[in-house]
Amino acid sequence: MPEKILMKGNEAFAEAAIRAGCGFYFGYPITPQSEIPEYLSRELDKRGGKFLQAESELAAINMAYGAAAAGGTVFISSSSPGIALMQEGMSFICSAGVPLTILNVSRCGPGVGGIQPGQADYFQATRGGGNGDYRIPVFAPDSIQEAVDLIYAAPPIADKYRNPVMILADGMMGQMMEPVAMPEPRPIIKPEDIPAYKPWAVTGKAGHGNVKNVVQSLYLQPELLEKNTEDMYVKYADAEKALVRYEAKGLEDAEIVFVAFGTVARLCRETIELLGEAGVKAGMIRPISLWPFPYAAFNEIGPKTKVVISVELSMGQMIDDVRMGVCGRLPVKLIHRVGGLVPTSIEVKNEALAILEGLK
Amino acid sequence: MKPVFTITEGMLPVSTSYCPGCTHGVAHRIIMEVLDEMGKLGDAIGVAPIGCSIVAHKFMNVDMLETAHGRAPAVASGIRRAQPDKVIFTYQGDGDLASIGMGEIIHAANRGETFTTFFINNAIYGMTGGQMAPTTLVGQKSTTCVEGRDPMKVGMPVKMCELIANLPRAVFVERVALNTPAHIRQAKKAVRRALEVQEQRLGFSFVEFLSSCPTNWGLNGPEAAKFVEEQMIPYYPLGNLRTPEEVAK
Repeated sequence: MPEKILMKGNEAFAEAAIRAGCGFYFGYPITPQSEIPEYLSRELDKRGGKFLQAESELAAINMAYGAAAAGGTVFISSSSPGIALMQEGMSFICSAGVPLTILNVSRCGPGVGGIQPGQADYFQATRGGGNGDYRIPVFAPDSIQEAVDLIYAAPPIADKYRNPVMILADGMMGQMMEPVAMPEPRPIIKPEDIPAYKPWAVTGKAGHGNVKNVVQSLYLQPELLEKNTEDMYVKYADAEKALVRYEAKGLEDAEIVFVAFGTVARLCRETIELLGEAGVKAGMIRPISLWPFPYAAFNEIGPKTKVVISVELSMGQMIDDVRMGVCGRLPVKLIHRVGGLVPTSIEVKNEALAILEGLK
Repeated sequence: MKPVFTITEGMLPVSTSYCPGCTHGVAHRIIMEVLDEMGKLGDAIGVAPIGCSIVAHKFMNVDMLETAHGRAPAVASGIRRAQPDKVIFTYQGDGDLASIGMGEIIHAANRGETFTTFFINNAIYGMTGGQMAPTTLVGQKSTTCVEGRDPMKVGMPVKMCELIANLPRAVFVERVALNTPAHIRQAKKAVRRALEVQEQRLGFSFVEFLSSCPTNWGLNGPEAAKFVEEQMIPYYPLGNLRTPEEVAK
């Protein structure tokens, strides 16, 4: 087991990306994740990679597309409004079949919103803010260690599916400090070795048998566009089976089942203890993969459960998926704060008890 | 017997989809001829824009990728990081480069990115059907300025070479035309020098081609060539605005 060191979230995320073998980073400053480009500007070139500060998030996502289409293992990060600017690129990159690891240290919106933590990017992340049919696997860590592990796991997933993978953290996790064990570094693939790993990449045709490679998104012939889209969804069907991750806690005998991810899941753990002290058994489903969403986890809910409560830092976005998971079997309620406010575990407990009372 | 004419390996043996009288095909060919002559077809990575020439990869026989509208210089900047030893170029029209992609081209030029941009200026949006471009001439009619471009409403046509040449790390900047054999020969020389500048990693290199769009100008081929000569060249003067000493011959 590697030694644990105390690190600030954003710096740990950046270090994890280097250790994951990401040789290329393109970013634009935005709170609350600016420590990531700062860290990588200091570290990445020293360790055999390339850092470039982009003139905008539009440029950053397209630099990432270029480097990844040319075979590089690429990591980018931003926060909510910056991720919004990257959506055109994400749609394009999905259709072009190019791997990429994206980190969103999300803040609250809409619009410029604020710089405090938020989870109202759930729709943007899981439904896609870009045009057309595409999907992006999204993973939501609830600790710095889990974020590090997910960032480390992301590039091989992105490579396997030739599709972006997103880690959705929130501003709280970017800014807090926790002890973390770093994984063993993977090497950065050398340019001359890329054709062997990624024979589809545009590296100059001399590197792949003088047969030209084209990375494209335009299909003017409807039949070809339909085929490309359906091929993407063959990959997504596999991803929907292979990438589901969640944590379930105390579902067998819970009266209340919370559903929460990220920072909110941390405080719900405390709420479950507080409710236990008050004589009410509660459990939790914590989706780690937001897409694919762990719908099957809801089949584990036991017969004593009276209500499922989605706890979110949004006006209720994940709750749509929660309803699909519950499928009409139980009432589904929402506890939430927005604007950058995070409820305390006591507030969640009191609201949950009021909901339970209201059902009687 | 000595062959007097061969087709460059840089162009695939297919007909292009460009309109009769359009000079995209000429620009494609001279770029590919130079890469062929330099022995670089196997090492080249081309970046196609949004516009008529998004399909350039169907004709240019090198590795290529398509990009979102205007973002080619950002994409090429990314490619350069991952492929430090390759020949990288963007091929962009005036709507792509001088309108929606103005930010990306200026910043890539300012960074002195070591790829080459080939800029096709035909003073109009071709693929979408003849709307006003940033480079549409004063008084020139288009489907979004049917009375002709009014500079009091939309400003003057943008002179990209002059803008780019203001940036110290844009070390090679030249404007050429494709409307006469003499101009095409000059254009090919500019392409070669731009790629030599890239080869030596001296900084950013930029070649603007005054091109023609007979379909959307409402002219036939010879009239379009005359339009370039009589209307475009007086406003967009041909010539080299900047050459580094290393390739100045």
